[in-house]
Amino acid sequence: MSALLEIRDVFVRFKLRGGVFSSAGTIDAVSGVSLDIEEGKTYGIVGESGSGKTTLARAVAGLHHASEGSILYRGQELVDLPEAEFRKLRREIVMMFQDPIGSLSPRLTIKSLITEPFRIQGMSDRDLEAEAKRLLTMVGLPPEFAARYPYQISGGQARRVGVARALALDPKLLIADEPTAGLDVSIQGEMLNLLARLQDELGLAIMIITHNLNVVRHITDKVGIMYLGKLVEEGPTEEVFARPQHPYTLALLAANPEPDPDAQLMRVELQGEPPSILRRPTGCEFHTRCPFVQLRCSTEVPAWTVVHEGAHRCHFPEIWIKEEALTS
Amino acid sequence: MAVLDIRDLSVSYATPRGPLKALRNASMTISEKKITGIVGESGCGKSTLISSIIRLMAPNAKVGSGEVRFKGENLLARSENEMRALRGTEISMVFQDPMQTHNPVLTVGRQMIDIQYRDKLSKAEKRKRAAEMLALVGIPDPEARLNQYPFEFSGGMRQRIAIAMALMAKPSLLIADEPTTALDATLEVQIIKRLRELQDEIGCSILFISHHLGVIAELCDEVVVMYAGEVVESGTVRDVFHNPAHPYTRALLECDPGHIKVRTRNLPTIPGNIPDLVSLPSGCIFAERCDKRHEACEKRPAMGTAGPGHHAACHLIAERETA
Repeated sequence: MSALLEIRDVFVRFKLRGGVFSSAGTIDAVSGVSLDIEEGKTYGIVGESGSGKTTLARAVAGLHHASEGSILYRGQELVDLPEAEFRKLRREIVMMFQDPIGSLSPRLTIKSLITEPFRIQGMSDRDLEAEAKRLLTMVGLPPEFAARYPYQISGGQARRVGVARALALDPKLLIADEPTAGLDVSIQGEMLNLLARLQDELGLAIMIITHNLNVVRHITDKVGIMYLGKLVEEGPTEEVFARPQHPYTLALLAANPEPDPDAQLMRVELQGEPPSILRRPTGCEFHTRCPFVQLRCSTEVPAWTVVHEGAHRCHFPEIWIKEEALTS
Repeated sequence: MAVLDIRDLSVSYATPRGPLKALRNASMTISEKKITGIVGESGCGKSTLISSIIRLMAPNAKVGSGEVRFKGENLLARSENEMRALRGTEISMVFQDPMQTHNPVLTVGRQMIDIQYRDKLSKAEKRKRAAEMLALVGIPDPEARLNQYPFEFSGGMRQRIAIAMALMAKPSLLIADEPTTALDATLEVQIIKRLRELQDEIGCSILFISHHLGVIAELCDEVVVMYAGEVVESGTVRDVFHNPAHPYTRALLECDPGHIKVRTRNLPTIPGNIPDLVSLPSGCIFAERCDKRHEACEKRPAMGTAGPGHHAACHLIAERETA
């Protein structure tokens, strides 16, 4: 089966402005990422601040220009696609932004907000009243909300409006940037359940960007873990949670403490902070923080190694798995 | 022995629609040399609670009733000058956003020296103490780092500096308001671990506010659960997390995705929204969203005892005893 979206060796490069004492250079916010998103499946991209996950998502949505590599959507190249062409594709590839209230214009009613895509795409011949009602019902909001303004709704409801707007044109691929950030625990599940339901009902493919592993666990089919603009591990979600191959994945899993004071914590504490992408470490880029670092890691770049259905970028997956078995 | 004893505290905000009752009859005890967590979602009153302890309140806030007893003395009766003498020496605070807590145009060293203005030490001695504090929170090469500006530090480092500054005067009580929320998960772990060590070393009490149950479970000794301006449950972390006595606590724990081991497409949630704090329901504050709701819930429940040192405001406790 060919993928809906094929990302191949994508680099997103930003120019740095040179200061008085420094010369201008470039940084690779996304540095050679390849991944496939299948039709109707969910792919979670997990990483911490500065890992390049949002930049990658924006490149797919045509909001950043990929400097190198290829992004194929149903076989069509998106890199260097003229904006006029891309606009047509935005019926099929839609993005849901991070800040739910900030992404809604405060001067428009909810009805205008969620039917805006029809106007942009020149489809104003539709019955916008009926469409607004249909979309609100779909995301579980009462139809009366159509007349409200963004300041009259809660953060969780604003998220739903964001979903309604994204799904107005019946897209094939939804890019959701941190769909639960800033939501309380008691309602974050509602958002995830909604996405899961819509995926089942509409056959959507969803690319979820998040820093929270707990979020992707229940609703993604596949996850990719990013560090410094590169994927360090990828695999079927269950597999990655059960048998993480890369120590960074393990650290992320361990950094999500359970709400149980007696939980046996297998603590993988990372040293220091993520290095700057201006000065990428030699060898394995994770070696400066890796608790299982070996001599070879600082000199030799680990290859992208495919194991079963997953893949990782670590020299010694087996060594640290043994160490872990010893300590736990 | 309690460092801080809050009794029956009610705070409201004047709004055009009428008083917004952000905190109602809240009582809690922060024990000496313990870490107490306050957990609750948006609108539960945790920020109002902290700002009334250190009296950094919004101009439209009004204390309706209650006492905030710190080492036996009611802080609400203190003058502004007396409060000022207390802040930073006896009670200090770490705020949520490490990016905005430092003065951007002064070096970290200068700021750390400045806040020791009360001490009669030479500048060199103050600088030495500042370097020691930085070393204590795990900042490498502290001497040299004192000459740098806040923008030269990452978020995690800045939060450590904020903690170092807060602990400089060896306060009896440190209030930490979501100190790790703005940080990445792997850095959160480092900060939490460091806070635990520092608490051991300095012997202060910590009031730790968070919405993250996992962090509370790991760091705290005792926990207070708040909902819509009321304390609904309190006790040791073990009692509250293993045997939650209030339906809200139980539901909140169930919702935490960290709790759910088996993959599910249907995550538990708490349906509904928090009540309007301007026009409050007459009965139990959680009744509208509670799955154990029954007739008794039309009356406001009193704080009941679920076990030794374990309290919850739910009718079910009293009913269980009489049954």
